[in-house]
Amino acid sequence: MVKDPQARIVDKKNWKSYFSLSLESPRIAAQAQSGQFIMVRVSAHTQPLLRRPFSIHSKSEKTVEIFFQITGLGTELLSQKKPEDSLDILGPLGKGFEAGKNLKGKDIALVGGGRGIAPLYFLSQKLRSYGATARIFYGGKSQEDLPLKEKFEKEGFDLHWSTDDGSSGFKGFVSDLFKTELEKYTPDRIFACGPELMMKKISLIAQEKNIPAEFSLESVMGCGFGACWGCVRRIKRDNREEWVKICEEGPVFSGNDIIWEEGDE
Amino acid sequence: MTDLSVDLGFLKLKNPVIGASGTFGYGLEFEPYIDLNRLGGFVVKGLYFSPREGNPPPRLVETPSGLINAIGLPGIGVKRFSEEILPRLQKFNTTIIVNVCGENNEEYASVVEFLDKYDGIAAYELNISCPNVEQDGLCPALSPEATFSAVSLVKKTSSRPIIAKLSPNVTDVVQIALSAEEAGADALSLVNTFLAMAVDIETRKPKLSNIYGGLSGPAIKPIALRMTHQVAGRVKIPVIGMGGILTGQDALEYMIAGAKAVEVGTANFIDPESTVKIIEELREYCQKKGIDRIETLIGTLQA
Repeated sequence: MVKDPQARIVDKKNWKSYFSLSLESPRIAAQAQSGQFIMVRVSAHTQPLLRRPFSIHSKSEKTVEIFFQITGLGTELLSQKKPEDSLDILGPLGKGFEAGKNLKGKDIALVGGGRGIAPLYFLSQKLRSYGATARIFYGGKSQEDLPLKEKFEKEGFDLHWSTDDGSSGFKGFVSDLFKTELEKYTPDRIFACGPELMMKKISLIAQEKNIPAEFSLESVMGCGFGACWGCVRRIKRDNREEWVKICEEGPVFSGNDIIWEEGDE
Repeated sequence: MTDLSVDLGFLKLKNPVIGASGTFGYGLEFEPYIDLNRLGGFVVKGLYFSPREGNPPPRLVETPSGLINAIGLPGIGVKRFSEEILPRLQKFNTTIIVNVCGENNEEYASVVEFLDKYDGIAAYELNISCPNVEQDGLCPALSPEATFSAVSLVKKTSSRPIIAKLSPNVTDVVQIALSAEEAGADALSLVNTFLAMAVDIETRKPKLSNIYGGLSGPAIKPIALRMTHQVAGRVKIPVIGMGGILTGQDALEYMIAGAKAVEVGTANFIDPESTVKIIEELREYCQKKGIDRIETLIGTLQA
């Protein structure tokens, strides 16, 4: 956990409402694990007041990259930053995916919905380096919500994609696409990130088929490092349910431990 | 060499900057970012006698230059605190204050009675002002009588100094302050958060599960500063000011208005280095103004 007050933006990409920023921060890059996140100060003033959490999308020896969608004032201000600007960042924070060398030779499914694809790219690189096969399931509302499709394709990943409106790929939710594909094969493990309902559906599928699954949860955060108790989620711990801090014990949790929100099944 | 130390009478602080309860965790969360030994002190998160869960999420909502929280005082309780946290805090050369919570006066007293057995705690900050645990923000600090009875019972029980933390959600904060002083409080800290709310116009639902929460951050500073000035001018015991302090300048305003020390809260979320930066800014100000002892600045507001 390091504070880097001046991480220089070395690369910026933009696809309509989606952006990626590559930040030069060798100390954070050195420690970063897939599934961890950084807290970014988006304004030097008091509006917005708090930092914003972003999962680490990729890393190199000297850089960490974030991928985000404009969803409010914080991400809008961030989208206006230019290469050579500096950002004040904290990280790497939280506990990432349990994806180690033990996954060598395994068939792993990565399921991402919308901006939830962000941490799965870093994970796909990691899995590949361990000799695991990563299949990517990527869903969005429409064609333009799949900005990273080409990146995965170019790197030769087995990519399956869906759009809610059918403008590209499978028409429907990525959870439905995934379910269809599971009639043909059974992955050894599932890692997923996306909207609550999507993750809940994937979790139910995983439990039904008895496939270990991990999910990266999103939350508004006050601090990102355990001091404010603001980002809690209902989690099973030793046969009890507790409010657990997402920033500290997550953002990645086992599907068996997450208490999913009530609502449309 | 500027002397930044301040003397609260019952307690000498190496400088006036204290990490505020509820924003400073148990202190240890800040170890990766700052040297805790540099602080005047910090107040660990509010402790009830037993572990507590706190409120369901959403617990936080950001508003212009402010943050509304309805965390609801989750915590590990006194037993785990004394076993797991306090031994790790004892190695630090700074002032550790414990924020004490209770659902009733007896619980406040039992927390203090339990913790009195352990070394390493300089004082108790009596949290009679959290707006997030009872309906409509009810808490003892809303009434002079309830303030008096809570403070006097805890003062009788405790072997350590008591700092009463006051609420701003009252018509006359001076009246409450005088009650706490009369009940034997050794110092006052003010203010806790302002009872507040925010609405989602799409769903027409409150943005906090608790509906109401406590507003903190720069948005409250002018009001909190005014209350600190009012109280400091009326009580004889020391006043610790807080509310929206982000910078050395903010801290100086409170001290000139009469605060002997300050607590820094929401700023810790924005920048975990805030407390040490504020200390440095106080030092720079004193050096620039030729002030040898920062204490000489306290309560020097000019007419």
